[in-house]
Amino acid sequence: MNTTTIEVQTTLDSTPSPSIRETSLSSAQIIGYDHQQTVGRITVDNPKMVCRDVNVYYAKKCALKQVSLDIGTNEVISFIGPSGCGKSTFLRCLNRMNDTIPICRVTGEIKLDQDDIYDKSIDVVQLRARVGMVFQKPNPFPKSIYENVAYGPRIHGMVNGKAEMDELVHESLERAGLLKEVESRMNEPGTSLSGGQQQRLCIARAIAVNPEVILMDEPCSALDPIATAKIEELIDELRENYTIVIVTHSMQQAARVSQRTAYFHLGNLIEIGETDQIFTNPRHKLTEDYITGRFG
Amino acid sequence: MPISHDAHTVKQFDVQLANLRNLVLEMGGLVEDQIQNAIKALNDEDVSAAREVIARDQIINGMQVKTDEDSVNLIALRQPLGSDLRLIMSLSKIVTDLERIGDEAEKIARMAVKTYDGDNNPPSAKLLRDVAPMAKQATTMLHDCLDALARLNVEQAIEVAKGDDELDQEYQAALRRLITYMMEDPRTIGQAINVLFIVKALERIGDHARNIAEYIIYLVKGKDVRHINMETLVQDALKGE
Repeated sequence: MNTTTIEVQTTLDSTPSPSIRETSLSSAQIIGYDHQQTVGRITVDNPKMVCRDVNVYYAKKCALKQVSLDIGTNEVISFIGPSGCGKSTFLRCLNRMNDTIPICRVTGEIKLDQDDIYDKSIDVVQLRARVGMVFQKPNPFPKSIYENVAYGPRIHGMVNGKAEMDELVHESLERAGLLKEVESRMNEPGTSLSGGQQQRLCIARAIAVNPEVILMDEPCSALDPIATAKIEELIDELRENYTIVIVTHSMQQAARVSQRTAYFHLGNLIEIGETDQIFTNPRHKLTEDYITGRFG
Repeated sequence: MPISHDAHTVKQFDVQLANLRNLVLEMGGLVEDQIQNAIKALNDEDVSAAREVIARDQIINGMQVKTDEDSVNLIALRQPLGSDLRLIMSLSKIVTDLERIGDEAEKIARMAVKTYDGDNNPPSAKLLRDVAPMAKQATTMLHDCLDALARLNVEQAIEVAKGDDELDQEYQAALRRLITYMMEDPRTIGQAINVLFIVKALERIGDHARNIAEYIIYLVKGKDVRHINMETLVQDALKGE
């Protein structure tokens, strides 16, 4: 097979990562590759995940262009940007959810602690236990509330015996702020809960397998303001133990929950910075236009 | 990031922001008139003109209330961010200083009434010598900072801030001269104290104009330049040009 490394200009002062994967396309064959330099500091002092020169292609279309950023340990970082900007695509790269899309190809380097998560030796199931995910619409399994939380620990062989499992289920529900509401109805189906409770059940399910990072793809967009406030309060509490990456269309939510914010536009990471700086004094015109509602 | 001049997707938001800014500029124009009229009343020894200045201060107070009300509504209903947020916050602070400048104009007008109403012994030209140049400097500063606000001109705002140091020096000089006159001839003490209140009011107008200039720099550059020395202010204000 004729394999050619794509020629792309690196955005950073640093040299491109040596582990950039090769693709079978030449630069001329790639559609929509117009890369823009990122404004702001992409590095942090204590990174949990390090992403460098990440490109994502859907067939020939380049959906994510040379994205490089660090995700700090125990930080909440939010990704914002208009629809189709690549923020969800990038989120899905972080636990290899894009592997499920046949035409999708990821290049570049993403490390969780020291491990390259795209390395051949990585067990994707284990990876997704370490990097959990909560989706836009609450999607509990068609099982009981108890089983929804117990399922992950069981398949990962994390517990011995019923007593231990009971403890883990209770602890996870407690951390997700749901225990009091469901304690007396553990055997009822997860789907019998309200939308906000279902979403917290999904968060309990995600934290039951003791992940290090939790990815949230618009976790509150289907919820009312009270349920949203509960999830946001939960995010703030979870930050003590987990690193949280959240994609949101609500700028107010990004402002409320995250310490750093990254703005994506047409597959480029345009700007990254402290959340208060991004929302009061962004440095890039595209960020300013987006957050102030000037988008053409 | 400097202020974006593109229109908002929601056009009504543009209209509301423009209305708010126009209200503040209109208030600024009125305050400018107030100072000029107060100084003119003083020069012309025109007590009724001075009383008009005092009466008109109510209009300025009303405009401050209206601006603050509009600002709160915009924040509540539009959740402004970025330069929109900085614009609203700055305008809200600018009106506070404009209202205080209006109060200083009123004070000068009250002094004019006190000095020239009835059989009071008016101060001599010698005692009043610092009023005219200081009034000129203070009104120029106010005019220039309103101009800088209308044009969002950082360089002009810097010049206004610099002008405050000069006005402070003039005030110190005026103070020394007044003290000398009072020591030379204690009979002038009463009149000299009235003049002192007037030059103090003019000096305060300069301080408020400098505050406004600082808010303009924050609004345009996103950089808070309050309570720092002039050198750092100029550096910060021009950064990222």
